[in-house]
Amino acid sequence: MSSIPDDRAEAVFDDFKPAYDARQAVTEAQRCLYCYDAPCIQACPTEIDIPEFIRKIATDNVKGSAKTIFDSNILGMSCARVCPVEVLCVGDCVYNHLDSPPIQIGKLQRYATDKAYEEGWQYYAAGPDTGKKVALVGAGPASLAAAHRLRRYGHAVTIFDKRSVVGGLNTTGVAPYKMKADRSVAEAEWVLGIGGIEVKLGVEVPGDISWQQLESDYDAVFLGFGLGPDKLMALPGADLDGIVGAVDFIEGFKLGRAAVQGKHVAVIGGGNTAIDAVREAMGLGAASVTMVYRGTEAGMSGYQHEWKAAKAEDVQGAWQRQPVGFEGSGTVTGVRCVRLDDAKQPIEGTEHVIAADLVLLAIGQAKLGALVEGLEGIETKWGAVVTDAQGATGRPGFYAGGDCRNGGKEVVNAAAEGRDAAQAIHAYLGGA
Amino acid sequence: MPDLTSNTAGIISPNPFWLASAPPANSGDQIMRAFDHGWGGAVWKTLGTPIQNVSSRFGAIQYGGVRGVGFNNIELITDRPLDVNFREIAEVKKRYPKHAVIVSLMVETKEEWKEIIARSIDAGADGLELNFGCPHGMCERGMGSAVGQEPAVNERITSWAKEFSTIPVLVKLTPNVGDIRPHGLAAQAGGADGVSLINTIKSIIGVDIDTLVPQPVVGNQSSNGGYCGAAVRPIALHMCAALARDPGFQIPISGIGGVTNWRDAVEFLLLGSSSVQVCTEVMLRGYRIVEDMIEGLDTWMADKGFDNLDQVVGKSVPAYSEWGNLDMNFETIAVIDKESCIGCNRCMVACHDGAHQCIHPNPDGSIVPTIDLDECVGCNLCQIVCPVPDCISMVEVDNGFAAASWNDHISKGATLRPKKGAH
Repeated sequence: MSSIPDDRAEAVFDDFKPAYDARQAVTEAQRCLYCYDAPCIQACPTEIDIPEFIRKIATDNVKGSAKTIFDSNILGMSCARVCPVEVLCVGDCVYNHLDSPPIQIGKLQRYATDKAYEEGWQYYAAGPDTGKKVALVGAGPASLAAAHRLRRYGHAVTIFDKRSVVGGLNTTGVAPYKMKADRSVAEAEWVLGIGGIEVKLGVEVPGDISWQQLESDYDAVFLGFGLGPDKLMALPGADLDGIVGAVDFIEGFKLGRAAVQGKHVAVIGGGNTAIDAVREAMGLGAASVTMVYRGTEAGMSGYQHEWKAAKAEDVQGAWQRQPVGFEGSGTVTGVRCVRLDDAKQPIEGTEHVIAADLVLLAIGQAKLGALVEGLEGIETKWGAVVTDAQGATGRPGFYAGGDCRNGGKEVVNAAAEGRDAAQAIHAYLGGA
Repeated sequence: MPDLTSNTAGIISPNPFWLASAPPANSGDQIMRAFDHGWGGAVWKTLGTPIQNVSSRFGAIQYGGVRGVGFNNIELITDRPLDVNFREIAEVKKRYPKHAVIVSLMVETKEEWKEIIARSIDAGADGLELNFGCPHGMCERGMGSAVGQEPAVNERITSWAKEFSTIPVLVKLTPNVGDIRPHGLAAQAGGADGVSLINTIKSIIGVDIDTLVPQPVVGNQSSNGGYCGAAVRPIALHMCAALARDPGFQIPISGIGGVTNWRDAVEFLLLGSSSVQVCTEVMLRGYRIVEDMIEGLDTWMADKGFDNLDQVVGKSVPAYSEWGNLDMNFETIAVIDKESCIGCNRCMVACHDGAHQCIHPNPDGSIVPTIDLDECVGCNLCQIVCPVPDCISMVEVDNGFAAASWNDHISKGATLRPKKGAH
């Protein structure tokens, strides 16, 4: 199994939402109304029976509580930490209608699933061998969820990933105040604990192995290869040192060291990766951090609750700015911007420089649809693999889930899509 | 994996969790849905001459923000035609042959008992439960608790039922008696195969202090109802244990009264119940609660090394004794953990006003109270009120005195340690 270094820069971060102890968990669990056909369940892409797992915490049946979670979402441990619960289950808790604090579902889920890991509870066994083989491309959340479900049905499963670590973006991309890389690796290992899942790291598909080869060696193929590298900006000065993609930057300090201390950092973008990056740069010791965004503060696509936290950590916002070039010689010293009006049109005579000796580009990641180009029957749209609701592509035996299918959503979406695609693959392979 | 199969007087169910005879067990549709959720058995809502109910029917105690800690009802037995009930019982048994269906019965004359028992058996019931417990409405008509409170009547009707029945007969006892034992023994003498207890406790749940009418309100009056729910569990546990440890009482018990989750159920099993029946918690939260009950019991049994329910049922009964047999030389004192104390002084006020005045402000100004160990009688009150888990512990003291009970002292002159806190 892959290993990650111990002296990772991400270690400086504390949990933004600290873990509950038993007393806190039970107190919060007892507050849950145990709603029927609950809105929180409907808000969860994996449809975890949330009231049930919370009741089981209240009755001190934590083992059963974690099982309720894992039955729907085998990645429940990481989702408890990384899910944007404020816009999902917690956001839909009925207590919001009573103007009362909603139940802290994520923290309760963390309590139950952490306990399961700590106690070494295993709930699932591989099904009887079906003689069928499935290849999964990418070792991120979608593939892990699919692989686990496929093993429960008894299919032989092999995961390929070009990286040297498992877990995909859950390992390399999650903000460390939510979850650190080792926890994601631990989750992958726990999932693989069902046995019989072969993981081949450092193997690129297509490249080291062609699609045709996979197709002839396996009875079905699941595409879970996620997204590609950061998009860059073709502006004057773009090749200066100190201008890096945000996802690249995040992976760098999550798996290794970071050189942010004392720097003035500009993060370009207004999405959730941008918000992660500003908070991370701040936590890693930047002297100042500015978020540079084309729209308004209220109009950013990143979650407002995350941005509020960033502001509380002294991150500055530069709104309605369009970068037009980078300053500096050798190393970047600033971002040249113009102001935009409400229609996002440049306002003449407003050029100015925002000083920065580290610029992080968080304007999106490339889609990898091109990887499957030429595979007859598989369509892509805006670079994402097109499937039906169950995850089947137009090519028999090929399924897809996670970021490469949905264009880049949450871990919990990948977990749901991987699980459901596994169900569809099982049916395709003749299972009930 | 422990075996949860339950055997109560020959009534076998896949687990010990039964719906009690009550609104959740009113119809075939409900009981089949309950079985789908995992309930092992159901006691069909009492059949007899169908009655007519009032509205409203239920009342509840809300305490400290928790709704339904205690509950009461003035609903009577079935109001549905008997033909319909029996047809549905047959249907349930046909579809769920492995689940236990026990039919609760309440009629008056011997002829009526004969007929309704025959019809229950014909419908496929696995057992009968004679409702000698209902403390409202029916008792005014000479049935329910009016029967259960008279051991001779109880025994006579039980013997009728046994005469007519080829399937196990349970007698459901009322708690509205001074001592449960003669009533359990009367059922046994009548030939009952087992007893169920407790039925509800005669009660007035409250009074609307604006309208001045007791609850539940029916127009401008109310009536006493049957009290149940979590609040009655200690009473039920005692009655269950009182019968379980009576040497003359030899028949199985189906425990009822305030079971809300698997832990409550375990307590009933430990005090002698072969199965447990649940109503109120299902009324408040639905059949779905049984999943946690099964899982929790299963996990607990596995953790404790129990393979089957026979190893659990009655396991705590030997530790339930007369006060006179308790070891008076067993001594504990309270100890406060200085690290976790939050300085609320709840222990101090409880001890000063409600116990033995041995917890005092700390003379060094710390927020942690001090305990005068020479005065602490080990009563547990401070530990009960402390909001921090494991902050106050009751620690056993080795006082050098050999174990001695009051009975030992009186009969054999055994030495008791000096009294504490008795000034």
